[in-house]
Amino acid sequence: MPFTNEQLERYSRHIILKEIGAKGQKKLLAAKVLIIGAGGLGAPAALYLAAAGVGTIGIADADVVDLSNLQRQVIHTTNDIGKKKVESAAETMRAINPDVTVNTYYDFVSSANIMDLIKDYDFILDGTDNFPAKFLINDACVMAKKPLSHAGIIRFKGQLTTILPGEGPCYRCIFKNPPPKDAVPTCKQAGVIGAMGGVIGSLQAMEAVKYITGVGELLSGYLLTYDALKMEFHKIKLPPRGKGCAVCSDTPTITELIDYEQIACDMHL
Amino acid sequence: MKITVAGEKKEVADGLTVAALIELENVETPQYVTVSVNEEFIDSGAFETYVLSEGDEVEFLYFMGGGAQ
Ligand SMILES: [Zn+2]
Repeated sequence: MPFTNEQLERYSRHIILKEIGAKGQKKLLAAKVLIIGAGGLGAPAALYLAAAGVGTIGIADADVVDLSNLQRQVIHTTNDIGKKKVESAAETMRAINPDVTVNTYYDFVSSANIMDLIKDYDFILDGTDNFPAKFLINDACVMAKKPLSHAGIIRFKGQLTTILPGEGPCYRCIFKNPPPKDAVPTCKQAGVIGAMGGVIGSLQAMEAVKYITGVGELLSGYLLTYDALKMEFHKIKLPPRGKGCAVCSDTPTITELIDYEQIACDMHL
Repeated sequence: MKITVAGEKKEVADGLTVAALIELENVETPQYVTVSVNEEFIDSGAFETYVLSEGDEVEFLYFMGGGAQ
């Protein structure tokens, strides 16, 4: 389908980039990205992916907007308090860009629904806050061979990696199992600087755009860490995929999805 | 000897083990940290016995939640 005049203007700063061009913009419009978690990471990622003209964006979250979310979850406004996060996020995305079809999933991810949730999407973005969900999403994406952007934020720090199943290492290659309940502090317990979600969530959106358009080098095989207090980015090279990994080695011991026990604070995506 | 920890060059005592470096560096939640030496993960059971060598590049990888909520 040719671009409308409005689209030519809306996406002109993309189209003028020789790495993206009209071809890349068409790929974005045809792409489907699923964002799991409409919070600190998912909010900025969703804003940029909608603005970029990613044609279909799925957003999954089982939470409602709370006043304490607004310090960092920039897709929601004060008027959205009490509203389902997926609805509030969808309204903002549609307002930014009517080209985008938004699918909302007001639900927790679990072993029962995740394979079905991810199956129609080209790229998955993990914006969840808890380890059971992060391991579940990793394992599901490895099993379904879906590319995944994984990220975490806490206090003044953040990190992310891109997982290309069958090619690069996965989350479980780095961490064998979730930490026990309460062993590692969460954002709710430890706090997080609001702009951290903006930094790391935007980098996740960047990886999604690069994956879709085939531009540049993805963060596969690396963990990128960011320390805001030192104002330092550090790229850690990871060992190759699968060496002893329970889920992504060629002889995996985990072949079924696991619902780990939820960490202490309320069950949020 | 000189080693590199999280990208930073450091002078440490010869014969330093991974476990001793974890203590020296005040690593947060040391029982859940993943350690790589020269781009290979070290089994956590081997932290006490793994002796670092001149020029080793050590990285600490931490659990980080955050995101939604
Ligand atoms: Zn793996």
